[in-house]
Amino acid sequence: MRQFATIRCTINGKVTETAVDVRASLADMLRGEYRLTGVKKGCEVGECGACNVIIDGECYNSCIYLAIWADGKNIRTVEGLEGPNGELSEIQRLFVEEGAVQCGFCTPGFVLTATAILESAKSGQKYTRDELRRELSGHLCRCTGYENILKAVEKAVSRASA
Amino acid sequence: MARKAIGRSVPRVDAYDKVTGRAKYTDDLADRNALIAKILHSTIANGLVTKIDTGRAEKLPGVVKILTCFDVPDIEFPTAGHPWSTDPAHRDPTDRKLLNRRVRLYGDDIAAVVAEDEVAASRALRAIEVQYEEYPAATDPEEAMRDGVPLLHEGFPNNILERHSVLDGDFDEATKEEGLIRVEGTYQTPTVQHCHIELPTSYAYMEGGRVVVVSSTQIPHIVRRIVGQALGIPWGMVRIIKPYIGGGFGNKQDALYEPLNAWLSVQLGGRLVKLELSREEAFYGTRVRHAVKVHITSYVRPDGRIVARDAKFVSNQGAYGSHGHSIVSKCVTAFRQLYNDERAKRAEAVTVYTNTATSGAMRGYGTPQSVFGMECHADDIAARLGIDPMEFRRMNMMPVGYTDPFSKNVNWSDSFNQCIEKGREYIGWDRKRELYRNQSGPVRRGVGMSLLWYNTAVWPISMEVSSCRMVLNQDGSVQIQLGETEIGQGADTVFAQMTADTLGVPFESVHVVSTQDTDITPFGTGAYGSRQTYVGGMAIKRTAESLKGKILRFASERADTGPDALDIDDGFIVRKGEPGSALFALSELATDVLYSMEHSMHFTAEETVQAKSNAYSFGAGFAEVEVDIPLAKVRLVDIVNVHDCGRLINPQLAAAQVHGGMSMGIGYGLYEKMLYDPGTGKLLNDNLLDYKLSTIMDHPHLEALFVENPEPTSAFGTKALGEPPTVPCAPAIRNAVFHATGVAANENPLTPHVLFPLFKAAGLIG
Amino acid sequence: MFDFEAVYEAKSVAHAVELRGLHPEAKILAGGSDILIETRAGKLAGCSVISIFKLDELRGVSMDGDGTLRIGALTSFSCLARDPLIGRCISVLGEAAGTAGGPQLRNIGTVGGNVCNGVTSADTASTLMAWDAVMEYTGAGGVRRAPIREHYVKAGVVSIAPDEILTSILIPQDSYERCFGCYIKYAMRGAMDIATLGCSVNVRLSEDLGTVERMRAAYGVAGPVPMRGLGAESTANGQPVSCETVNSAAAAALSDVNPRSSWRASKELRLQLVEELTRRAFRESVIRAGGKL
Repeated sequence: MRQFATIRCTINGKVTETAVDVRASLADMLRGEYRLTGVKKGCEVGECGACNVIIDGECYNSCIYLAIWADGKNIRTVEGLEGPNGELSEIQRLFVEEGAVQCGFCTPGFVLTATAILESAKSGQKYTRDELRRELSGHLCRCTGYENILKAVEKAVSRASA
Repeated sequence: MARKAIGRSVPRVDAYDKVTGRAKYTDDLADRNALIAKILHSTIANGLVTKIDTGRAEKLPGVVKILTCFDVPDIEFPTAGHPWSTDPAHRDPTDRKLLNRRVRLYGDDIAAVVAEDEVAASRALRAIEVQYEEYPAATDPEEAMRDGVPLLHEGFPNNILERHSVLDGDFDEATKEEGLIRVEGTYQTPTVQHCHIELPTSYAYMEGGRVVVVSSTQIPHIVRRIVGQALGIPWGMVRIIKPYIGGGFGNKQDALYEPLNAWLSVQLGGRLVKLELSREEAFYGTRVRHAVKVHITSYVRPDGRIVARDAKFVSNQGAYGSHGHSIVSKCVTAFRQLYNDERAKRAEAVTVYTNTATSGAMRGYGTPQSVFGMECHADDIAARLGIDPMEFRRMNMMPVGYTDPFSKNVNWSDSFNQCIEKGREYIGWDRKRELYRNQSGPVRRGVGMSLLWYNTAVWPISMEVSSCRMVLNQDGSVQIQLGETEIGQGADTVFAQMTADTLGVPFESVHVVSTQDTDITPFGTGAYGSRQTYVGGMAIKRTAESLKGKILRFASERADTGPDALDIDDGFIVRKGEPGSALFALSELATDVLYSMEHSMHFTAEETVQAKSNAYSFGAGFAEVEVDIPLAKVRLVDIVNVHDCGRLINPQLAAAQVHGGMSMGIGYGLYEKMLYDPGTGKLLNDNLLDYKLSTIMDHPHLEALFVENPEPTSAFGTKALGEPPTVPCAPAIRNAVFHATGVAANENPLTPHVLFPLFKAAGLIG
Repeated sequence: MFDFEAVYEAKSVAHAVELRGLHPEAKILAGGSDILIETRAGKLAGCSVISIFKLDELRGVSMDGDGTLRIGALTSFSCLARDPLIGRCISVLGEAAGTAGGPQLRNIGTVGGNVCNGVTSADTASTLMAWDAVMEYTGAGGVRRAPIREHYVKAGVVSIAPDEILTSILIPQDSYERCFGCYIKYAMRGAMDIATLGCSVNVRLSEDLGTVERMRAAYGVAGPVPMRGLGAESTANGQPVSCETVNSAAAAALSDVNPRSSWRASKELRLQLVEELTRRAFRESVIRAGGKL
């Protein structure tokens, strides 16, 4: 017997409600029900970080987060970062400028972690380069060697604390 | 005059779509109602499937169809992403079926389930009962080569897929010279995997009686041919569509599961079937880098000059042929070209079928393995002779002016020395080689280096061709299409830069059609061999010139002058040699001509270029390490790659390409290795937790430097950069550890598992 | 989609206990970072689960009236790592939690889950072991407490009754007062890894900082479950603060442990690490306690 549950949550600022199979992961729900395909699946066991989303201000791998847990939560995906007219967020712009994007598959996950870092920097949190590495260490990337990703995040954070 | 696009770090053409999540990859495009296919993998490494009982599985809810190795067409097909050869003797080995009764690795594909959802498909897989006749498995090539070991494939005695040898000069005579010092070493490289973050994914359906496969591939036109071969249908009945892909690195330069996916859809009358691999399946079921063991014997004069060298390579091919035959020959080519032995060289290489994952193309294609052996060996020789390893290399490396008799490649410039100088200065070679001599504490530092040699594209081993189409819009902008693919490296952006400058339009006016669709896209063989800026560049140049010629003929009517007196600059028709002299806008001309009541013309051009040249690409890598001896652990302190890849089209993208290659090289040097259970042949670390892909915590700053000697044979002065950056890191790290500790490890990666026993043996650990 | 037979969501601790009684075969899902992975891998495919993830009353760190530090079983690694009470009383636990996986995992993974899956490599377990943590379970019959060493039965098996869930982990005042510790995780890469060996040491020095009053050491992956280094401890206890004491304790640790060879690491390497990490963690603990070596 398939079990369904009604999930009410806020996704990218919009209050939503849908019935999901209780066996679904949040990644399944976001990609399947809401077609938020910026949520990527690279391992489905929380090892690569491609499916990372922000839930109530913190980053989670949505592949190992049950959809039913999302009830009542505020969820942000990469699709929610653009401005009303498609303007890039500061982090997105810096990823473009610093050449932090290659195949692009890990990019949305990284951009969201970087967004969370930048938001904390704006509320006064300070980061050294090593601390930034640590904060970004939940994402695997095979294209960039992380070099330009770190550069982009470092630039954003240093501007925020300037 | 307009600002040139070439040489500028313009942002990637796909960057906006990728940072916003709008870029669509295969699974993003698949309809969510697609049927889900999953593969049943063997639980033995070597043997024969004698019976498969699907009865219980078929009754499970949601199961649509189960097909087994007893159902597939009796067709063996190749998978390597090589251009088709019209010479049957030069074709790739055809050694697998869509599903295989003859099981050759733990995890071989023996049946497939198509179900309404993934849970139903997984449950069905678990309910299928299989009976085998099991043979002893061999995971090691030297074991598989022994007489009496079961043959994986008929017609390959001792399981040897390919044997390749070269002999230059009179080896025996050369080694008789008096006073030569003989240095020997055996160097072993590991099996590693590409680990592109997007898993191999495809979906297939039929439309108009033809089968369409949308797939994450580097080589859509080649996959079309292979799907045709595997299904035994005319190639024109197959259509392959390649959207954005999440990395490939050579793994997707093979037909992976596209043939099976196409066949499953056909078996269901063309219903939409999606086949998405898991990470675990990607490790054992796709391709890996060949583990290669090389034994090198060198005969050297006391001053360091190499007189003769001999190398014996044994390569682990794994279960199926894929690219193996050509990769092992590339090991030999690299051995032959990097160093210039004064009198003779001899090499012999075999690649051997074993009951492990299939080895195929991976960034560097045999060169990382060969160069690891050679460059470890170089430091071993230098240490033995008591000379600086850098000087040893300078004395022996390929000289300026060298011309390869086979490829006709020429070493035009003093790239090696220029690269060495830059790296030497960056890393502080002279000072640190001295400073780190004779350390005694538990934590020691060292610096090491490695050269790298590579070539560009695959001529004259294979044919080299690229086609391009350009279409001018009413507003003077242009679409370009090539068969050459964007796989993350930035090809589309570089193609746009080349087009803009050749045609004389602003960079922003060039629209690259990123998706390849074999029904629409002009023929090109795709991303491999670091070929695309070289061969694709030639196609772009010729096509842009052709389009420009057409435009100027019409412009000349309007300007009342001969076409030869005109040019296009920054989107304007100008007098030749007078870039600022805008006569009228290209947009005006394009619109007027397209809608002309007299002679309407749709401005398009399409050209095919066959490259009959190749180009050397050179570089050097330097690493500084800190070794914590009691913990048997290496920390990479600093690393730099210096490349001469000719002219840089986009410096930022070029550096980014180098960073990624270095990261892969660091993994090769320090972390990554696939481990098999020797008893069962089962892969032990088939996930991203146990397979140690380096994280952002495991890298220091990655420094990418360049020297630019434009390549004379290249349309835009470019040559290989895609693969070379991976090559020098592992040997540079190994040599740095050697410098730090005096311990010469002869296998990579230099994990604590390797270093601990070595440090113990050397008395560094009590 | 995970292959679950059924998913039961607990609304309260009492409800969780009730669900345990009704579905004794169901697995308890806290943060899910082990169970979900094993379900997907097929090892637990078809299982039923009781999710306690939303029991927010089990999250967070507080101080009981008697000075006992109370850590809610669902407190995430990242909460532990930044919690001020943890920072004041047992900062090494926060540091250990900060070495688990990567940032996203530390947001989902819970300290209770870390000790209830029974694995020897759990990053918080050796520290909890070294600080004599007390496990507090809630079951149909009420609350039960047991020292952590009784919690671990064997690899992958812990002592939780069929109707119980782990609700808190307690650190008694005597266990943390004037104690300073250090955890060293030895892994093959800098993040997203499991420990090849984990070593947690803490010390309480005499008032004059000259004597090791109490030294405690515990290890992960040095045996089938997290274990104490009792020989190392007795070698160090009551001894002067000196390099010699540190070295003898490190050497003594070798007889406390029982690591095995696996494809992840050899027994010999692990033994080398036991001695070397004990030395380094002990030394660092002494320095943090204000001692001089």
